[in-house]
Amino acid sequence: MNYYQPQIECMPKDEMKKHQSELLIRQVRHVWDNVSYYKDKMIKANVKPDDITSIDDLYKLPFVTKDDLREAYPYGLLGVPIKDAVRIQSTSGTTGTRVVAFYTQHDIDLWDDCCARALAAAGSTKEDVVQVSYGYGLFTGGPGMNGGSHKLGSLTLPMSSGFTERQLQFMCDLSATVLCCTPSYAEYLAETIEESGLRNKIKLKAGIFGAEAWSNEMRRRIEEKLGIKAYDIYGLTEITGPGVSFECSEQTGMHINEDHFAAEIINPDTGEVLPIGSKGEIVFTCLTKQAFPLLRYRTRDICILSHNDCSCGRTLKKMSRLMGRSDDMLIIKGVNVFPSQIETVLIEYGLSANYQLVIDRKNHTDTLEVKVELNPDMFSDTVRAVETRERELREKIKNILGIDAKVTLVAPKAITRSEGKAVRIIDNREI
Amino acid sequence: MTVEQLSVFVENRPGKLLEALETLGDANVDLRALSLADTSDFGILRIIVDSPSNAFNTLGEAGFLVKSNDVLAVVIGDKPGGLAAIVRILSDAGVNIEYTYAFVAHSRDNAYVILRVDDNDEAIKVLSKNDVTLLSSKELYSM
Repeated sequence: MNYYQPQIECMPKDEMKKHQSELLIRQVRHVWDNVSYYKDKMIKANVKPDDITSIDDLYKLPFVTKDDLREAYPYGLLGVPIKDAVRIQSTSGTTGTRVVAFYTQHDIDLWDDCCARALAAAGSTKEDVVQVSYGYGLFTGGPGMNGGSHKLGSLTLPMSSGFTERQLQFMCDLSATVLCCTPSYAEYLAETIEESGLRNKIKLKAGIFGAEAWSNEMRRRIEEKLGIKAYDIYGLTEITGPGVSFECSEQTGMHINEDHFAAEIINPDTGEVLPIGSKGEIVFTCLTKQAFPLLRYRTRDICILSHNDCSCGRTLKKMSRLMGRSDDMLIIKGVNVFPSQIETVLIEYGLSANYQLVIDRKNHTDTLEVKVELNPDMFSDTVRAVETRERELREKIKNILGIDAKVTLVAPKAITRSEGKAVRIIDNREI
Repeated sequence: MTVEQLSVFVENRPGKLLEALETLGDANVDLRALSLADTSDFGILRIIVDSPSNAFNTLGEAGFLVKSNDVLAVVIGDKPGGLAAIVRILSDAGVNIEYTYAFVAHSRDNAYVILRVDDNDEAIKVLSKNDVTLLSSKELYSM
């Protein structure tokens, strides 16, 4: 069967619970001893390591939020001396401050294991050629799947994102059998393959697509066009990156790698833990990571947990597809975007200006338009001066978001207001 | 001697230019000269009017972004090479022209252009020295 670590993936449920309890007790002690920022939070919440005697005590621990990450930036949540950490990855923060996450070699190894499980579940073996078309660098997509593919012993093709023509050439010439990228890029590749008549030249059998929301309809379209089975994968930099959970052949949710990440569902408004099967915000606790051992991290992702028997034989809990966010984060071209980031740029630029984000998907590629209301300071009688300001703004936004946005200057009060409140986001994408 | 020009931000959407012009018409503002600079996203309507402060306030109250600038209104002989001679004078003096636009008046003998330059004082100095006639606001408004 398609397992990488069957002893973990198919561990009896009660054994997993016991395993998690042991790991949690040890992890809370590690954090208490090494992360003073979180220790202070525990003291404030009146919890001591001794109060945590099993995984059932998880609810006693205080949450970690994106605000904590910003406050503790850059090294405040590092759980080991710098000499023991070997890697940094990063993702967007809610404002100008990015989120940075750290890894020891042990952390990289367990992350690779998680991704290897995802690849194995999608049918990848030592015999396969895995084309990783996620971005490499600070983004976790490329490094994570790359590491997993190595671990599994598959032949790894580190394409990174973009350069579609080259992607397709290598895909054909090197007979790639497994593709890893964002679902929108997969659909774009599928369409290009169809148009270029390359369908009979590709050898793909499976794809693992994550980092952005997609629907079952989109899954069927990709599967049909590429002649593959398409698997979902979930992860976030704060917890590790891709591989926090992954889909199996049943395609009815993503198995959580519970030996490393304990999941809870909470009511996002009250923080109260909800019973399994409830819809709410998923919260993760890193049970084994050393360098960035976040406990009860609020992901802001809304989904449902389930723990039914799965036809694949795995006993790991499953999380549903994401059903939304409990904040205003958007995922554009696989990149996390917070409207507050744009606001930060505008304020830095001396604008209290009103803005609106218009997101669309053209040719399977997300587009972002930032409409900004002009104010008298930005306006001039010469086109050159106005366009210079527009360009500067576009560069600043690109700098902070990491993606190119079209900046459109509009007249004051041109942005629609409903009940006096500006409509900040118009998402026209159909997924 | 300069004249006041108003610049109005006009979004590149149907009806936006009309809205600006009707606003001026309703306030009884008479246009003396006009030019529209446009990009793919927006336009800048530049106007010389008979009552700039009235027009400025009216447009502002109607929600338009308006900017006031001092520009030169130059009288040129209505003959071939007339404008070139003016531009030569400014060029020799190192004055940059940001933009220019022509307008017609009832007089047949002369042509008129509006010049937006980067240095009004220098431009006025060199043009006057070369006997080029500049119109005052008063003259322009009463044309």
